[in-house]
Amino acid sequence: MNAVESVTGSSSDGSPYVRIENVTKRFGEFVAVDNVSLDIERKEFFALLGASGCGKSTLLRMLAGLEKPTEGRILIDGQDMTNVPPYERPVNMMFQSYALFPHMSVEDNIAFGLKQDRMPVAEINKRVEEMLELVQLGQFGKRKPHQLSGGQRQRVALARSLAKHPKLLLLDEPLAALDKKLREQTQFELMNIQDETGITFIVVTHDQEEAMVLSTRIAVMNQGVIQQIGSPNEVYEYPSSRYVADFLGSVNLFEGEVASINQGIEIRLPQADLHLVANNRDNVTIGQNVAVAIRPEKISVSIDKPNELTNQCQGKVDEIAYQGSLSVYQVKLADGRMVKVSSPNQVRTAKRTIDWDDSVWLSWDTDACVVLID
Amino acid sequence: MNKGISWFNICMLLFGFVFLYAPIVILIIFSFNSGKLVSVWSGFSTHWYGALFHNEQILEAAWISLKIGAINATIATILGTLVAFALNRFGRFRGRTLFTGMATAPLVMPDVITGLATLLLFVGIGMARGMATITIAHITFSLAFVAVIVRARISALDMSLEEAAMDLGARPVKTFILIVVPLLAPALVSGWLLAFTLSLDDLVIASFVAGPGATTLPMVVFSKVRLGVSPEINALGTIIVLLVTFCIVIATLIFQRQERQKILDDQMARRG
Amino acid sequence: MKSMPFRITGRTLAVAAPYVWLLIFFLAPFAIVLKLSFAEPLIAQPPYSAVFEWAGGLLPNFTGSLDNYQFLLTDDLYINAYLNSIKIAMVSTILCLLIGYPMAYGIARAPGAWRNALLMLVILPFWTSFLIRVYAWIGILKNNGILNNVLLGLGIIDEPLQLLHNNFSVYIGIVYSYLPFMILPLYANLARMDDSLLESAADLGCRPWQAFTRVTLPLSIPGIIAGSMLVFIPVVGEFVIPELLGGPDTLMIGKVLWNEFFQNRDWPVASSVAIAMLVLLVIPIVIFQHFQNKDSESNP
Repeated sequence: MNAVESVTGSSSDGSPYVRIENVTKRFGEFVAVDNVSLDIERKEFFALLGASGCGKSTLLRMLAGLEKPTEGRILIDGQDMTNVPPYERPVNMMFQSYALFPHMSVEDNIAFGLKQDRMPVAEINKRVEEMLELVQLGQFGKRKPHQLSGGQRQRVALARSLAKHPKLLLLDEPLAALDKKLREQTQFELMNIQDETGITFIVVTHDQEEAMVLSTRIAVMNQGVIQQIGSPNEVYEYPSSRYVADFLGSVNLFEGEVASINQGIEIRLPQADLHLVANNRDNVTIGQNVAVAIRPEKISVSIDKPNELTNQCQGKVDEIAYQGSLSVYQVKLADGRMVKVSSPNQVRTAKRTIDWDDSVWLSWDTDACVVLID
Repeated sequence: MNKGISWFNICMLLFGFVFLYAPIVILIIFSFNSGKLVSVWSGFSTHWYGALFHNEQILEAAWISLKIGAINATIATILGTLVAFALNRFGRFRGRTLFTGMATAPLVMPDVITGLATLLLFVGIGMARGMATITIAHITFSLAFVAVIVRARISALDMSLEEAAMDLGARPVKTFILIVVPLLAPALVSGWLLAFTLSLDDLVIASFVAGPGATTLPMVVFSKVRLGVSPEINALGTIIVLLVTFCIVIATLIFQRQERQKILDDQMARRG
Repeated sequence: MKSMPFRITGRTLAVAAPYVWLLIFFLAPFAIVLKLSFAEPLIAQPPYSAVFEWAGGLLPNFTGSLDNYQFLLTDDLYINAYLNSIKIAMVSTILCLLIGYPMAYGIARAPGAWRNALLMLVILPFWTSFLIRVYAWIGILKNNGILNNVLLGLGIIDEPLQLLHNNFSVYIGIVYSYLPFMILPLYANLARMDDSLLESAADLGCRPWQAFTRVTLPLSIPGIIAGSMLVFIPVVGEFVIPELLGGPDTLMIGKVLWNEFFQNRDWPVASSVAIAMLVLLVIPIVIFQHFQNKDSESNP
C-alpha cells in the first residue's frame, strides 16, 4: 500500500498541480463551499471526505466546471480554469449514477469523449480496446449499459472517464452503488488503475474507510469548510478537532481541564475521580478546557488490575457486541460514563473470558490520548 | 399488486368499457349495413365504403386535414419541447409565471373561446383565412399538450447524462442532439402523434378560422351529420377506428417486445 | 437550479421562440376579444365599430360602450345559458368521477400485464374522432334507434322513448367523451401511490374500506382535482355535444356563442359572451394550472 509513505506528495518543481484558491460557492443564501483553499499534487490519490451536504460534491463539480465558483480561482497545471466550460477542461468525471448513455453501446460510451476531440477512427478503436482491457471488460464492448451488472457499469463509467487521458480524474462516490464485497475488491482495482495510468485522482466519498484505503491524502470537510488535511494515518491517529476525531471511526471523547504539565499532560475530568495523562503537545496551558480522544482499540480490557500503564480505571461491562473479528464492549464507569472498548477475538472459543456485568479494568498508554483544544 | 381489486372494481371496469366501446362497435357494424338506416340491419354490404371513396368532398377535406395535421404536429412538437425545457430546466426567468400560464391554459380553454379569439386576431392583422390560419391556431393549442408529455419525460431524465456529455467534451448544442434528443425520442413521437390527432379531430377552432378552400374533414363530417345520420360517416368512422387501433396495436407489440428484451437483458446482466 | 452562464444565449432563444408565439397567437387574441366586447355591431367588413378613436391627443379616445354586457344581463337567454352550462358541467364532472374513479382504481391495482392493456383501452377512443364518436350515439338514441328497437323488441316498452335531443342525451354524450380525461390523471395519481401505505394501514388495524377512505382517497385528491378541472372547464364551453345530441331547450353557452357568431354575425356580442365565460372560468383554470405545474415539477 502506498498510502502511508507519500504523506504530502509534494513534487519537485514547487507549484502544485491543482490549486484551489479561496473558492466560495453560494446557492442563494446557502453557502455550500466556504473560502476553501487546497493544493493537490501530480499523481496524488486525493479524497474529499465528509457527511452529505458538507460541500464536497459542489467542490468536485466546480473542478469539473459543472458549477462556477461564486468567488475564488481554480488552477489546473498552472492554467486558470475558473471560467472554462466543462467541455474545454482537461478534466473528466466519473458520476455517482455513472451517467452511462443508455442508448449507446459500451464501446460508443467509451468512444464518446474521443469523438468529441475528432480523434481518427483507427485511434479511437485502439484506445477503446485499451480501455476495455484496462477495466477487464474486453468481451462486453457491444453490450448496452442495461445489459451489464452494477459492477460492470461502474467499470464502463471508469473507462469512459479515463479514455481521454485527462489531467485530472474526478470520482463522485465511485463505489457507493456497489455491495460491500464488490466494493472492497474494486477499491484495489481503482488503486491499481491509478498506479498504471499515473493520472491524478480526486475522489469524493462519505465512507471514511473507503477514503482511508484509497487515498494518499484526505481532506475532511464539514459545512463547506475543510477541517483537516493529511494522510489517512494522520487524520485518524492525530485528529485536529473533535469533529474529525468523531467523524473518522469511533472514539471516546472526554471533556476535562488541564491540571498539570510535567512528563505528560494531566487532565482532570470533572465529577469523576479520574485523571488522564497524555503525551505533551504545544499550545496547552494549565487550567485550559480540552477534550481527550481515545480510540476504542487503544484501550485494553482485563479482569485483573494491570500494572504498568499510567491510565487506568475500573468499570462494569454493560454491553458486548460480537462482530466476528472483534468484540466491542460498552463499559460503565463509576460516574455512569460509558466507554467503548474493542478487542480482537484472537482465540476461537465459545466461552467468553469477560461477560456481562463483570467488573473490569480499562487501561491505555499515554500515547493513546489525543488532546484536542479545538 | 392485485389484492386490492374487488368485484366492485371489476364490475365498474366492465361497465365502463362497455359504455366506452359499445357505440364504436355498433358504428362499425352498421357501416356494413346495406340499407340507408344506421339502426335497422338489412344485410351485409361494403357499398358505403365505395361511396365514401368516390366522395370528392370528403377525400379533399381529408387530404387538407392530413396536411394541416402533419405541419401542425411538427411545429407544435418543436415549440412544445422548447416550452418543456424552459419550464423544467431553465429555473427562474423573467416572465416565467405568464409563460407557464400561457403554456397550460390551452389545455382546458373551451374551443369556442380560442376559436373566436384567434379569428379576431387574424381579422385584426388582415391575414387571409385558409390552411395557414387553421394550422397556426392548431399549433397554439397543440404545443401545450406536447409540452405536458415532454415535461414528464424530462423530469424522468437523469441530468447527469447531459453533464457527463459536456464533461467529455460535447458542447451544449451537441449534447442536446447526441444525448437529449435520442432519450426524449419516445416523448417526441407521442407528442407528435397527439398533436396530429388533436388537429385532425378539431371542428370548432377550424370552423372559426377557416376560409374558402380550406374545409377540414371534421367540418365536412359535421355538416353531413347535422343533416342526419349517414352510413357513409359510419364507414369513415370505421376506417379511422381501425387505422388507429392498428397503429396502437403495433406500438403495443413493439413496446412489449422491448419489455421482453429488457427482461432478457436483466437476466444477462445478472449472469455477468 | 444550475447556473451556466455559457448557456445563456441558447437559453434565451429557446425560451423566446415559444414565448413570442404564445404572446402573439394566444394572449393577443384575448386582448382583441376584450376590446371587441366593447364595440357595436355594424353591417360592414369587419362587422364591428371602432373602440378607440384617434383624436389627435397622446392617447386615443375610448369610444366603446358597455352595451353588450348590459344586453347579456338583461336578456334571460344568456344568464340561463350560463347557469345551465355550469349545472351540466358540474353534474357531468360528478358522473365522470363516480364512473372514472373505480375504473382508475381498478386499473391501478390490476396485475401488471393487464394494466397496460386496460390503460390502452381507455386511451384508444381518445385517439379516434371525437365527432364520429358523438355521432355514433345518434344512431343508438334516436326514436327508431338501436336502444329503442331493443327495448321494443323485448317488450319492455310499447312506444319509443324520447332519448335524443334532450338533457339526458347531452349528459350521455359528455360523460362518454370526457371520461378518459377523468380516468387518466386519476390513474397517474393512484398508480404512483406506494402499496406499502395500504399495507401499513392494514397492519395498524384499518379495515380495507377504512384504509381506502383514510389513506387512498385523501392522497388522491390532487388527481381528483386535476381530472375534475380537465372535465369541468371544457364542458362549460362545449359546443359539439349540445349541438348534435341536445334539443332546442338545451341551452349551453358554447352553443350561444357559436350562434351569435355564425348565425347573428354579431361579433361584439359573441366577444362579450366569451369574456363573460372566461371570467367564469378564471378560478377553475388557475386551480388547474396550480395542480398541473406542481405535478410536472414534483414528478421524479
